[in-house]
Amino acid sequence: MTTRREFLQAGGALGGALVIGFNLGNELLAQDRGGAPARGATAGPPDARQVDTWLAVHADNSATVYIGFAELGQGNSTALLQIAADELDLEMSQIKTFRLDTNVTPNQGGTYSSASIARGGPQIRTAAAEARLALLQMASKNLGSSIEKLSVSKGVVSVIDTPGRSVTYGQLVGDKLFNIPFTGSAPVKSASAYKVVGSSVRRNDAPDKVRGTYIYMQHVRLPGMLHGRVVRPRGQGAYGSGAKVLSVDETSIRSIPEARVLRRGDFVGVVAPNEWDAVRAAQQLDVKWDRPATLPGNARLFEQMRAETTQDRVVSEKGDVAATFGTAPHVVSQTCRGPYQAHAPFGPNCAIADVRPDSATVICSTQDIYTLRTGLTRIVELPAEKIRVQYYEGSGTYGHSCHDDVAQAASILSQLAGKPVRLQFMRWDEMGYDNYGPAHIGEVRAAADADGRIVAYEYHGWQHNWSNVETSAQLTGTAPAERPGSAAQQVSPLNLGSMYDVANLKLVNHAIPSLKYLKGAWLRSPLDLSFSFASEQAVDELAHLLKMDPYAFRQRNIKDPRWLGVLDAVAKAASWTPRLAASGSSGAKIVTGRGIAVGTHLASYGGAVAEIEVNKETGRVVAKHLYGAIDAGLAVNPGNIENQISGQLVQTASRMFKEEVTFNTTNVTSLDWNGYPILRFEECPQVTAVVVQRMNERSSGAGEEVMAAAAAAIANAFFDATGVRMEEYPMTPPRVLASLGKAK
Amino acid sequence: MASELQIRINDQLRKIQSAPDTPLLYVLTDELNLQGPRFGCGLGQCGSCSVLVNGVETRSCMTRVAAVDGKSVTTLEGLPAWYAAQKKLARTPNLHPVQQAMIDEQAVQCGYCFNGMIIKASELLSKNAQPSESQIRTAMNGHLCRCGTYPRVLKAIQNAAQAMKAVTK
Repeated sequence: MTTRREFLQAGGALGGALVIGFNLGNELLAQDRGGAPARGATAGPPDARQVDTWLAVHADNSATVYIGFAELGQGNSTALLQIAADELDLEMSQIKTFRLDTNVTPNQGGTYSSASIARGGPQIRTAAAEARLALLQMASKNLGSSIEKLSVSKGVVSVIDTPGRSVTYGQLVGDKLFNIPFTGSAPVKSASAYKVVGSSVRRNDAPDKVRGTYIYMQHVRLPGMLHGRVVRPRGQGAYGSGAKVLSVDETSIRSIPEARVLRRGDFVGVVAPNEWDAVRAAQQLDVKWDRPATLPGNARLFEQMRAETTQDRVVSEKGDVAATFGTAPHVVSQTCRGPYQAHAPFGPNCAIADVRPDSATVICSTQDIYTLRTGLTRIVELPAEKIRVQYYEGSGTYGHSCHDDVAQAASILSQLAGKPVRLQFMRWDEMGYDNYGPAHIGEVRAAADADGRIVAYEYHGWQHNWSNVETSAQLTGTAPAERPGSAAQQVSPLNLGSMYDVANLKLVNHAIPSLKYLKGAWLRSPLDLSFSFASEQAVDELAHLLKMDPYAFRQRNIKDPRWLGVLDAVAKAASWTPRLAASGSSGAKIVTGRGIAVGTHLASYGGAVAEIEVNKETGRVVAKHLYGAIDAGLAVNPGNIENQISGQLVQTASRMFKEEVTFNTTNVTSLDWNGYPILRFEECPQVTAVVVQRMNERSSGAGEEVMAAAAAAIANAFFDATGVRMEEYPMTPPRVLASLGKAK
Repeated sequence: MASELQIRINDQLRKIQSAPDTPLLYVLTDELNLQGPRFGCGLGQCGSCSVLVNGVETRSCMTRVAAVDGKSVTTLEGLPAWYAAQKKLARTPNLHPVQQAMIDEQAVQCGYCFNGMIIKASELLSKNAQPSESQIRTAMNGHLCRCGTYPRVLKAIQNAAQAMKAVTK
């Protein structure tokens, strides 16, 4: 959210003074005149057990909420303010949020796993309730009336039935600190008392974003800064191999006299006062690299993965899977493969660092300011309390793109240059050094009895873990390493079989060695598209085997009312009529199909229907209409979730039809939008988004919860159109033609 | 190296200090502090840096500043005034109708691509007041969005066309 001060600094249509990152110090000093240390004066995280950490009430009867979650374009800052506004009895116009800053905002953990509303919402709600109770106690004294006789509207506390007697929040607190503990014991309002929660309040960032006055990370400037660029071999190699400098010829940029080469170990960069000089110097600098040929390349990827010696773990097991498969009348199996895919933010990541001998300020678009700060202590060799990390929204990131890498790299360049450095990654840096969503192999078996009930389910998944060391750190000497284990990097019990009422189930994870592959991390709905592509095709195949409509088959096998709820909601939106899949297959050149599926990422429920068109001569597949339904419990801002569903459906189409990281035995080769095409306007499907509102259920995530279902619905629609199961995506024309040819 | 270049930017004549071979994008962002055009790929593939040059959508990352010497460059910031001049309106509106429609449709997610989306859509509607859906898709096909806002952008452009028709009457 852009503050008024920034808006003024951003200037008019001919841009006068542009934003300076350090205006917020003054703004904060203007608050908190109560004698306490000024907010932001010391390193955080501020004490989460103090109400003042979470919000401030100003003399003008407005409030600021200090939220520990980043606005990544998903609209969470608007929704979290809705929660606070209702709890505080304020209008949306009276309340604003504050950009993340390790000196100011609380540590609520990183902004991932669609956690802003799920995890942050209850914290903001209880903190606001605590503040409201304190304000009512102050008002009670001020007005000489018991709390029971007070009512609040728009931050004005009045004595009921005595309209003349009132006092405002601003008069009661007016920029002073509350100085009360956050006990979490203040009563929160019931859903029936919500005024703005549950309504589609317009996003607070949209006007500035369409006007050009929104300040993205890429717009931030510091006085006296240099422009930096990194110099790396184009496209990463195997994570464990890294890249080694053989020689750097500084005379190669002699024609750009203002540019300087900076180097620490195998980390090479250039800086210059003028941005274009830095861009040219980075491209012109002659660096010889040692690049070992240690990757399998796309051609041998899945073969090598499947042949690896793996670390195996039974993630989930119940009943007697082996015996049930032995006796069940209907058994299907399916092996599927999903590619490496890139975050590929539309604007490559950018950061500014000002590293001095005794302190550092790093401005960037990280998903997690506090974890980044910890990592920076090793990069700049300063203790955490001497490092301040500030967040500005960049281009959408969809997970762990290069935002931490660019922040580390800017810090290294600034430390070496002795000046603030703004580092903008080039397109090939971002595409070539991403932490890709890992490739996956899924082998699934499912069995049903004669009545069409699923009786056994088994899934084996192969993929590598996420990486834990960013490229910049690695180039300066930190050994590459895997992340310590976490549930999200292995086959997901939430998304594989568990939505069905199956008595016998087994999920096995086969972890392959990370260091021989590409650097990996969480990409929106991590691995879920691959899981669902395999799993929900197998379920669909069972329905086909049983000659049942795929929607009716799922209805029969789901007990959980919330899974049934999204399934029914999406089927209704798509006007689903019962029919056996692939029963309309024809010899026509262009055929159409529809598919249905369910899936999730974490705690929410997703359902999707796809209507697609397949050109059997060219192999081109186009989604014509995608429908998606999400039950995320209490939908704080349903309109915003509809927008999220719409985006997830389009992004899923892109990932199912287009996206694949390409690489040979030495390095990644998909380095721009030609090498890594994404869905464009002409191929964009019509979308229908359905929010299943559950006012009395706890809110869960909505930013990535329908992608798994949509991916599988597309695959099932392909089967409906052609009678052929796709075993690998993206469903590009050559792959589609090969599958159709194989089936003939 | 100072150049002798002069460009009319958002209706103001500006002398340019940057070297003539500098891409227009860096002149707009670093020398003139504009926020509309922004770096996306530097390769002319995505539309992030788009501006209007004499009313024609142009990728500023691939255009040397010398190539627009003496021409008129309109950025996102100058779009309402550009529209007012085109329509001979007495007053410059707060927003171009395409911008207003993007807000009304709540089309934005991260919004980073919206500079290019709005510039391109404004160019389209200046040439073709009532484009068909297929014409809109074709015109916009060179502008990427990673958040997947295309369906709402499409609707917003259609709504903007309707709003502009009302203005003309």
